[in-house]
Amino acid sequence: MSTQTETKTIQISKGILKLERRKRIIMGAVFLVAALFIWLMFVSDLDPGVETRFVMTPGGASAEAPDWVFPTSVYLNIIAGISAMLGAYQIIRGFGKRTYSILALVAIMFIFSFLAWATAGGSTNLAGLLRIMVVRAVPLTLGAMSGILCERAGIINIAIEGMMLTAAFVSTVFASLSGSLIVGLLAGVISGGIMGLIHGFLCIKYKINQIISGTVINIFATGITSYLSSKYIQKVDYQYLNEPGMFPQINVPILSKIPFIGPILFSHNMFVFAMFIFVALLTFLLFKTRWGLRLRSVGEHPKAADTLGINVFKTQYMAVILGGMMAGFGGTYFSLGSSGRFDEVMTAGRGFIGLAAMIFGNWHPVGAMGAGFLFGFFDSLSVRASLLQVNLPSEFLGMAPYLATIIILAGVIGRGHAPAAEGEPYEKE
Amino acid sequence: MAPVLELRGITKSFPGVLANDHIDLMVEKGEIHALLGENGAGKTTLMNILYGLYNPDEGEIFVNGQKLEIKSPVDAIKAGIGMVHQHFMLVPVFTVTENVMLGEEYVKYGDVLDRKKAADKIHEISNTYKLEIDPDAYVSDIPVGMQQRVEIIKLLFREADILIMDEPTAVLTPQEVEELFKIIHTMIDQGKSIIFITHKLGEVMEIADQITVIRGGKVVGSTTPHESSLNDLASMMVGRDVNLEVDKTESKPGEVVLEVKDLKVLDPQGHVAIDNMSFNVHSGEVLGIAGVQGNGQTELVRALTGLLPAIDGEIYLLGKEISKNSPRKITELGSAHIPEDRQKDGLVLAFPITDNLVLNTYYLEPFSKSIWLDQKKILQNGKELVENFDIRTPSPTTSAGSLSGGNQQKVIVAREFSRPIKFLVASQPTRGLDVGSIEYIHKRLIQKRDDGCAVLLVSTELDEVMQLSDRIAVVYRGRILDVLDANTATKELIGLLMAGIIPTEEEKQKLGSKQKQIRLT
Repeated sequence: MSTQTETKTIQISKGILKLERRKRIIMGAVFLVAALFIWLMFVSDLDPGVETRFVMTPGGASAEAPDWVFPTSVYLNIIAGISAMLGAYQIIRGFGKRTYSILALVAIMFIFSFLAWATAGGSTNLAGLLRIMVVRAVPLTLGAMSGILCERAGIINIAIEGMMLTAAFVSTVFASLSGSLIVGLLAGVISGGIMGLIHGFLCIKYKINQIISGTVINIFATGITSYLSSKYIQKVDYQYLNEPGMFPQINVPILSKIPFIGPILFSHNMFVFAMFIFVALLTFLLFKTRWGLRLRSVGEHPKAADTLGINVFKTQYMAVILGGMMAGFGGTYFSLGSSGRFDEVMTAGRGFIGLAAMIFGNWHPVGAMGAGFLFGFFDSLSVRASLLQVNLPSEFLGMAPYLATIIILAGVIGRGHAPAAEGEPYEKE
Repeated sequence: MAPVLELRGITKSFPGVLANDHIDLMVEKGEIHALLGENGAGKTTLMNILYGLYNPDEGEIFVNGQKLEIKSPVDAIKAGIGMVHQHFMLVPVFTVTENVMLGEEYVKYGDVLDRKKAADKIHEISNTYKLEIDPDAYVSDIPVGMQQRVEIIKLLFREADILIMDEPTAVLTPQEVEELFKIIHTMIDQGKSIIFITHKLGEVMEIADQITVIRGGKVVGSTTPHESSLNDLASMMVGRDVNLEVDKTESKPGEVVLEVKDLKVLDPQGHVAIDNMSFNVHSGEVLGIAGVQGNGQTELVRALTGLLPAIDGEIYLLGKEISKNSPRKITELGSAHIPEDRQKDGLVLAFPITDNLVLNTYYLEPFSKSIWLDQKKILQNGKELVENFDIRTPSPTTSAGSLSGGNQQKVIVAREFSRPIKFLVASQPTRGLDVGSIEYIHKRLIQKRDDGCAVLLVSTELDEVMQLSDRIAVVYRGRILDVLDANTATKELIGLLMAGIIPTEEEKQKLGSKQKQIRLT
């Protein structure tokens, strides 16, 4: 009836558009501030003639690459210029869907500038820094993927830390007793799965608050492993229980010989490769398969899933068990992949940072790995802070990524897209 | 031929209620069977049993003459039964295709989703049934009417033959309802059978082939639109004669009580919910806010009652700027609020009725002396109000949570109306109530108006707005598109505005001069 005559349909409310525009402008302003910061804090501080030397071969690597030497202020000026241009374009036109990729690019450029400035007049082993970054990202990314598996199905998992710690302990004992790393690894993964099952039992069957259940598991895991550790495996008499050995470094043929990239990416023990494989696999499973669609539907709208004949509880149990196993796998990294023994509370909060990586990565495995790399980089940098030419307390560097996370999450991205039904126990009525 | 669906003696009790009491129902193939009943009559329970969401205590289900055990939705889907739920069962962050195929996915290589094949089938369905849809759109981006189409496609995708539609028109504009009825007829032409659940009599008369009326969990009658009238159906549904029209005299508007100027409010997610809204409410009039649910009504009410801050604009109550005031301050100025969710925002369910009746006056004389509450006075007040407002309860100290919906609403009305008030916000005041309670609340609202109170009525039931209001403001996406005189406004005109379409003057004339439609509850 109305279509024949000229009528005016009101499009999306102007207000929403305004909000979008504000978001766009804030993001552009962030890029511009990054450019200004490089100019004012870094470039103006430098002698125009000074050079930066980046060593491109990590210590002990076989594939040699020549050092990278460049005039610092010239490079920084160029970077700041690009950043300013991106900022201007973002404010005027906006990058739309690519905004977050551009944000990542600006962040990388900014970190590079910082590094170049801090190294000016001396040298830093860039390759070594990046290599350690990859290693440090492993437990964070694996922890984040444990969180993704659970939360995509609607169960909050803050017990990643406890699951990891348990698995680190169990894998140490089993590997030591059996003399087989594989047995230790499997035992660790299974112990993680069992912890996941317990979490699921408390949250799904008994509908206990999921945060509380997770906290209980964390406290329990810290307590029991610390007790058993100090009572037994740290004692000289029981030394044989704390000698699991470590997974050896694997140099991928050909790829590891590529200068610069080879040693950073392709010369590690199996945990690093497993991380890449799991990230790819989980991304594929979550977004391309029937399994993933059903899992996500349970986390978003369990009632809808139920009315379509999907078993919500079964799906959630499966997700927490798999999530527990993933955390367990990440936990064995500490004992079998990093230190070759068990120490009390050796996970040192990595499970929680993994959780932060999950949120920062917007509940997506690839995003979580990116966040893992970011956190891992600063972790790696803070260890070497003393080697830099400028005097910065290493604690500040350690703090930097989390500060950045808070600013970016609160100011720019806003609340991420958490699964809608997460944390609410499903009631069948 | 056996009927396509037959229910025999379905009985289901919940703690304290017999929701379905030996219900028999027979649906013939190609029939639109309306299941009519008041809120709480047991319609939805019955359909949830049929769809396998509840298991009946007793009774048998026959589909095409075959006795079936339906223990879960899977069994129902297998039997060719599909349901469009009152609250849509769609995942907002999934695409149309993903939502449609969820649970019945097309896969290749074992488990990989075949989105293309599913989208093709959706295209095919949308051509056959004239259900226009973009398979790749995200559900969160499409309007409610289209979301309902997705729900229907979901059922057709599963090749359901019996489609249950639970209050499908509740969230639609009048034009979308027309559209839906066309779709229903197309489905009937294709050999489907439809069970149409509703409490709206007009719709039943318009679309049903067969009508079954349920009251208090029992079938009270079976008829067809030809054999009965609106009034027959109404009295069958309620169990006594009802007056469908609201008796009210011409309003006598006085001075401006509430003035809203360029109000702007964000919803909790940070989206603009109220966008530069301005209007006045005079004493002695009812201003009705009409609109499809989710167009800023909730935020408007919350802003007016001090529950949500305004980011811009002013609100004057009796000449005083209140947009920065606390809810208590606003209440003390003489404003009353009947909230849209009575259980969440209106009452403390665990508290006795007496305490609920003094929730916004307990700190004042005579209920409170220095730091002590005067329990005697509170009890006495409770007894009086229970009496005066006809709250059906075993005792004034019964907890509010154990009352029926209608009586809970009466507690709120009693609390708000027992103080001297000059302004009343009534948000969805009759949602989910039985006809008796609706009549009662309507009467009370009009009474308040006649006492010189300014009333702002927010309701998504268009009939209610049209019956009670003196002026009608239509909201769409946080704006008021037009304010109409209730005496001349027609359903068509309001419907257009509700859909965000502003008719031209010429069109307005045409719509306005049409005879007023029969208005029904």
